[in-house]
Amino acid sequence: MGNRLAWVGLGIIGLLLVTALVAPFLAPYDPLGIDLRGELEGPGAGHPLGQDKLGRDILSQVIYGSRVSLVVGLVVVGISLVIGVSLGAAAGYFGGVFDTILMRIVDILLAFPGILLAIALAGILGPNLRNIILALCVLGWVGYARLVRGQVLAEKNREYVLAARALGASHPRIILRHILPNVFAPVIVEATFGLAGVILAESSLSFLGLGPQDVPTWGRLLNEGAQYLLFAPHVATFPGIAIMLTVLGFNFIGDGLRNRWDVKRTA
Amino acid sequence: MNEKSLAMKQINPAHTAMLKVEGLKKYFPVRKGFLQGVIGWIKAVDSVAFEIYQGKTLGLVGESGCGKSTIGRLILKLLEPDEGRIIYQGQDISGLSEEKIKPLRKEMQIIFQDPYGSLNPRMTAGQSIEEGLRTVGVKGRSERKAQVAHLLEMVRIGADAAGLYPHQFSGGQRQRIGIARALSVNPSLIICDEPVSALDVSIQSQIINLLKELQNTLGVSYLFISHDLNVVGYLSDTVAVMYLGHIMEYAPAEALYDKPLHPYTLALLSAIPAPEPDDRHQLPALVGDVPSPFNPPPGCKFQGRCPLVEDRCRKGEIKIYQVGDGHTVRCWKVVGK
Repeated sequence: MGNRLAWVGLGIIGLLLVTALVAPFLAPYDPLGIDLRGELEGPGAGHPLGQDKLGRDILSQVIYGSRVSLVVGLVVVGISLVIGVSLGAAAGYFGGVFDTILMRIVDILLAFPGILLAIALAGILGPNLRNIILALCVLGWVGYARLVRGQVLAEKNREYVLAARALGASHPRIILRHILPNVFAPVIVEATFGLAGVILAESSLSFLGLGPQDVPTWGRLLNEGAQYLLFAPHVATFPGIAIMLTVLGFNFIGDGLRNRWDVKRTA
Repeated sequence: MNEKSLAMKQINPAHTAMLKVEGLKKYFPVRKGFLQGVIGWIKAVDSVAFEIYQGKTLGLVGESGCGKSTIGRLILKLLEPDEGRIIYQGQDISGLSEEKIKPLRKEMQIIFQDPYGSLNPRMTAGQSIEEGLRTVGVKGRSERKAQVAHLLEMVRIGADAAGLYPHQFSGGQRQRIGIARALSVNPSLIICDEPVSALDVSIQSQIINLLKELQNTLGVSYLFISHDLNVVGYLSDTVAVMYLGHIMEYAPAEALYDKPLHPYTLALLSAIPAPEPDDRHQLPALVGDVPSPFNPPPGCKFQGRCPLVEDRCRKGEIKIYQVGDGHTVRCWKVVGK
C-alpha cells in the first residue's frame, strides 16, 4: 500500500518537474500578460482555470509558479543538507566543545517558531527570491544537523568504525566513506519531507507578500485570491490545489522511502 | 609476508616481550544531574600488567563487564589510558598522539565479537579488506584486488566473495572476513575480542583452528579475550583471569589449568562441565552476578562472591603474590595459610 502511494507521489512530482522544465511551452498565455476585460473571469473555454483581478491567465501562472516552488525547495534543502550534514557529522564525530556549542545554537534555533523567523528575515532583507531562500536556509539546516549528529554518534562506536580506525584510516575518510553512507537513509527521508515543508513555507511567505514580486508564485496567487474568495473562488483554489498536490507528493515519496529503508534495516 | 615475520622474529627474540603493559588504568566517570557532575568512577581497568610474546597467545578471561574489552581498546589506542604504560617493541605508546600512533596502527589489529556489527554493511567484503591495504600504501587497483583475493584464500573463503555484501554471508564467514581485514595490514599482534562468542559451537572450532593455523604460518601474536575458559585454554600460552578491572591470576596455561590458585579461577574452572565426575574441581559454582563496578568496597574485588572470604579480605588493597614461574595471584590466601 505504502509502495503504491510512493509511486503516486513520484508521479505527481515527476509531472511537476516536467511542468517546471517546459513551462514556456505548456503555458497558453504569458503568465504576466494583463487583460483587463477578463477581470476575475471564471474557468472557461479560453482560460481553463479562469483569470485573476488583472485578467492574467491562472493556468499559466500556476504552471510558471511551479518553477519558483521547485527552485526554492531544491535549493533550500540542498544548501541546508550541505550545512547540516557537515556540521552535524563533525559535531557527532569529534564531540567536545564544538559539539556543545553547535547543539546549543541548534536548541536556540529550534525554539524559534521557524516561519516567524523567516518572515522577520525576509521582511528585513526585502522580498525577492534570493532572500526567501536565505531566510529559509537559516533554519533549514538545523534539523539535518541534529539528525546527522545523533546518527553519527550512534554509528561512530560501532565495531566496523573502530576497525577502520585500527586500520589507520583518516578521520575524513572514516566520516565520509564509512559513517555517512550508513546514516544517509534517514537523512534522505527527512530531506523529502523537508522539501514539502520548504515549499509550504515559501508559499506562506509569498502569501504574506514576502515572496518574489516579479514572477508568479503559488503563494502570491493565493494571497490575491483570498480577497475575492467569496465571488471568485477559482483564483485561490487552483494554486491551492497545486501546493497541496506538491506537498502530498513529496510526503508520499518520503513515507515510501521510510518504509522501504526501515524494512531493509531490520532484514 | 613471511619474510617480514621472520625478520621480526630476529629483531625480537622470544625472551623479550613484544607487548608489555604496566600499571594500566582506565576509569570511566559516572555523571549525573543537569550539570553532569561526576559522582564517581567505574574502574574498568585497574593496575593491569601483562606481557605478550612474539607468536604467542595471551588469553584474557573474565565475566562480562570485567574490563577485558576495554583493555583491548586501550592497547589499540581506540581509548586513551588514564595511567600506565603500553610498551610495544620497547616503545611506550600510551602517550602518543593520534598522528604519532598512525604508523603503528598496522602493527596491531582487532577482531570483534559481533560478526554483524564489525563489517560495514554498505561495503563489500573486498572493499572492507581494501581499506587496510590502502592505509599501508598498496597502490593500484589490480594490485589491491590480487591481495584481497590472496587474503580471502588465507581465511578459506573463495576470492569471488570479494564482491558480496556482509548480509550475504553467514556469521562464521563474516568472522573470516574480519580476520582477513585484520591481516590486510600484516600485523604483529591481533586482539581477538571474543571472536567466537557469537558463533555456533561447530563454527567456533573452525574459527579457532583458523586462528591457530594463521599463528603458525604468520608468527602473529594474539591477545585472546573471552569469557570461556575452555576456548582460551585451547589457544593460549599464558592466561590472565580478570575480575572487575583487576587481574586475579596470571599464569602459563598449563599451570593455570592444572593448579589454579585464586578462588575465582577455581570457581570459573568448576563451572566448565567435566566429562568425568571425578575431574570436577572442589569449589561450588559461583552464585549471583558480577556486582556493580561503581564504588566497590575496599579490599578484594571478589569479596562479595568469594566462598573463602574473611575479614582480612575487606581491608586495604590485596597484594599480588608470586607463586611460581610466571604465576602470580592476587589473593593473600595462597601464602597466608
